[in-house]
Amino acid sequence: MDMPLPDHAILSAKARIIARLRAALPADAVIDDPAMLRAYECDALTAYRCPPLAAVLPRTTAEVAAVLRICHAEGVPVVPRGSGTSLAGGAMPSADSVILGVARMNAVLETDYDNRCIKVQSGRTNLSVSGAVEAEGFFYAPDPSSQLACAIAGNIAMNSGGAHCLKYGVTTNNLLGVTLVKMDGTVVTLGGPWGEPSGLDLLGVVCGSEGQLGVVTEAWLRILPKPEGARPILVGFAANEVAGACVADIIKAGILPVAIEFMDRMLISVCEDFAHAGYPDCEALLIIEVEGSAVEIEEQLAAIKAIAARHNPVALVEAADDAQARRIWLGRKSAFSAIGKISDYMCLDGTIPVSSLPYVLRRIGELSVQYGLAVGNVFHAGDGNMHPLILYDANKPGDLETCERMGADILRLCVEVGGCLTGEHGVGIEKRDLMGVQYAPADLEAQLRVKDVFDPKWLLNPAKVFPLAVTETRRAG
Amino acid sequence: MRPLTEAALAEAVASATSPLLVRGGGTRVLGHAMGEVLETGGLTGVELYEPGALTLVLRAGTPLGEVEGLLARENQRLAFEPPDLRALLGREGTSTIGGVVATNASGPRRVQSGACRDSLLGVRFVDGTGAVVKNGGRVMKNVTGYDLVKLMAGSRGTLGVLTEVSLKVQAMPQAEATLIVEGLGEEAGLAALRQALGSPFDISGAARHSGRSLVRVEGMAGSVAYRAGQLRDRLAGTVIVAEGPDSAALWREVRDVAPFAAKPGDVWRIATLPTEAAKIVAQTEGEAVWDWAGGLIWLRADPGQRATVIAAVAGRGHATLVRGEGGPVFPVEAAEVAALGAGLRAKFDPRGILNQGVAG
Repeated sequence: MDMPLPDHAILSAKARIIARLRAALPADAVIDDPAMLRAYECDALTAYRCPPLAAVLPRTTAEVAAVLRICHAEGVPVVPRGSGTSLAGGAMPSADSVILGVARMNAVLETDYDNRCIKVQSGRTNLSVSGAVEAEGFFYAPDPSSQLACAIAGNIAMNSGGAHCLKYGVTTNNLLGVTLVKMDGTVVTLGGPWGEPSGLDLLGVVCGSEGQLGVVTEAWLRILPKPEGARPILVGFAANEVAGACVADIIKAGILPVAIEFMDRMLISVCEDFAHAGYPDCEALLIIEVEGSAVEIEEQLAAIKAIAARHNPVALVEAADDAQARRIWLGRKSAFSAIGKISDYMCLDGTIPVSSLPYVLRRIGELSVQYGLAVGNVFHAGDGNMHPLILYDANKPGDLETCERMGADILRLCVEVGGCLTGEHGVGIEKRDLMGVQYAPADLEAQLRVKDVFDPKWLLNPAKVFPLAVTETRRAG
Repeated sequence: MRPLTEAALAEAVASATSPLLVRGGGTRVLGHAMGEVLETGGLTGVELYEPGALTLVLRAGTPLGEVEGLLARENQRLAFEPPDLRALLGREGTSTIGGVVATNASGPRRVQSGACRDSLLGVRFVDGTGAVVKNGGRVMKNVTGYDLVKLMAGSRGTLGVLTEVSLKVQAMPQAEATLIVEGLGEEAGLAALRQALGSPFDISGAARHSGRSLVRVEGMAGSVAYRAGQLRDRLAGTVIVAEGPDSAALWREVRDVAPFAAKPGDVWRIATLPTEAAKIVAQTEGEAVWDWAGGLIWLRADPGQRATVIAAVAGRGHATLVRGEGGPVFPVEAAEVAALGAGLRAKFDPRGILNQGVAG
């Protein structure tokens, strides 16, 4: 994985740049101590690290604008950062860049139950948005596994999803408006609590732009009334393909559970050890969650069980109580960290048409044999968003490279069957060089033009998303 | 011009030397674009339909009626309930799926299932230089690169000419029921809609017109009966329940703004906060069809009230005059937002030949 060489003119102007930042911000908002900067050298893609020139932690939109104006004038790249939980390297800095962290901007600005929306500062964590409206019976729907830690700013940058987006959609479907600061310091309001664009849907293109179009400082989010209840069931199968066929049948029958999650044998065992959720011992497991009142839950589960029965399930477990339901989800949402306890791993995020599930799982199994690396599968089966986890040994020379080659092959496979490179984690640096697999040059050029309009000097998170060769002349200014 | 292939359409745009008026069926276009008509109606047909994956890929000129028929045969539908505005706007012709996407045409179910843009998985389009661009794809979750899919939805042909769209579709529910609430004034009638949307009963429509508030639930039969019962117990006023086809007919009226079709006057489409809706309408002395619990107001007003309407909406949303002499009138965006929009149009259509004058 290459990054551009740092700009020596910027490195040698470090003292001046930091002095300007200090003059514009409170004393505790600018970090340049090398030891403290280590905290910002990577995000959750920990294989790649580089300390930034400096990190700033503003508290207001005005302070964010001040930082950006200075960096714009000095020609310094800026890497926006929410909570640093990106799995794609979206918040990884370069040596000549300033990290702009929004973690201190975590206030709730306005709560409006009558209109079902909330306005928050973008550094607020995903789960604490729901926390702020929970007492009134509301919640914020997108639920990435990192929701305890991840910030709304990062969710917007990556258009994050989660297990329950089968029913409720991903970030872009729940985002009503933002305050965005452009690289030149201009503050722009896109959308609003009414959620309907007044012209071009600029909010729609900002969401998922990986911090390359502007820094989001505030967001209007849709909140929803909590369902009366929810219940997960576990259905175990003798083979991955059978579980895949069951998923397709449920969707085709017109039943819309809030979540259908898939785990293979490796993940079942690792997550069970971690969460003691009562997962059955089998080759493949579906966690299917339905919502509603007791009578509605029974009605949906009866239909789902009837479909599952046609696929000869080896186990069928209904959550006995809320405590077991929580453990079932704890196990699923802890999948990455549970694997992390036993091995180094690389997590992929390609999406495929649901109908290709059996074929793709079989091909992944073959690639695992070919490369000699174990693969575990855990993913959002209802919408085809896969998360193959490739296990490797970081201390073994060449193992990471082998793992990356295998990962690239799996992602090419996803595109080949009509899917895409990333369903919810983003491109970042990780999948940057594979963009040409999915998109032709004209397709990429259309995307680059959007950045040209928002950030003509290409200073915001510049070495991400697109292959470096494609952006080279633009980044060189 | 009526090209029959994407390549021919791209060639037509690339070789154009004067402005083009892009047209699907001409049933929804607003404004007076000048130029040679470029029809997409020659690009028709289904590229892919996988009912089991809820995925439909179509050429942009495919008539909406054909799309809905195709889906109905598999007991499926478009979740976003696109309006048929022909009677309201006095248009004839055949609506195309490309026109639906280009105007982000979305009906009552938006409160539950989102707008057209939320069901749109991918697009292919020809930009103003004649280049063919694809973005998104056919899968449900896709964050690979920038989301030009959302940008194209509602862009009214100003950034490019859609040639293919990929949509997520929805299973037809087993049952539907509408609670018709009578005997409430406008304020209380709208409050009832907000109350329903704030309940856990998964409302798929919340509208009001002609003195009645309408609340829709859809889903499995037992669930619909349960939720309709719960809502009936909670809503004030006199409540009657309509089911099945009777319920569906009520929502076609709301969707198509049928109450205004035969009545004169300006018609405005106003996006606002539900709690502001009654105040806006009261200031304009107009008549309203309220959808999305008041978040969308179709307002019929006297042409003499134009300045009043714009002032009433200022700071609370935005208003577009969709029918009326000398219209349309588009919302005025903040300067820095308008500059971004103009910048994008200049990049995607550097010669300024696509649908000049059909957007704000």
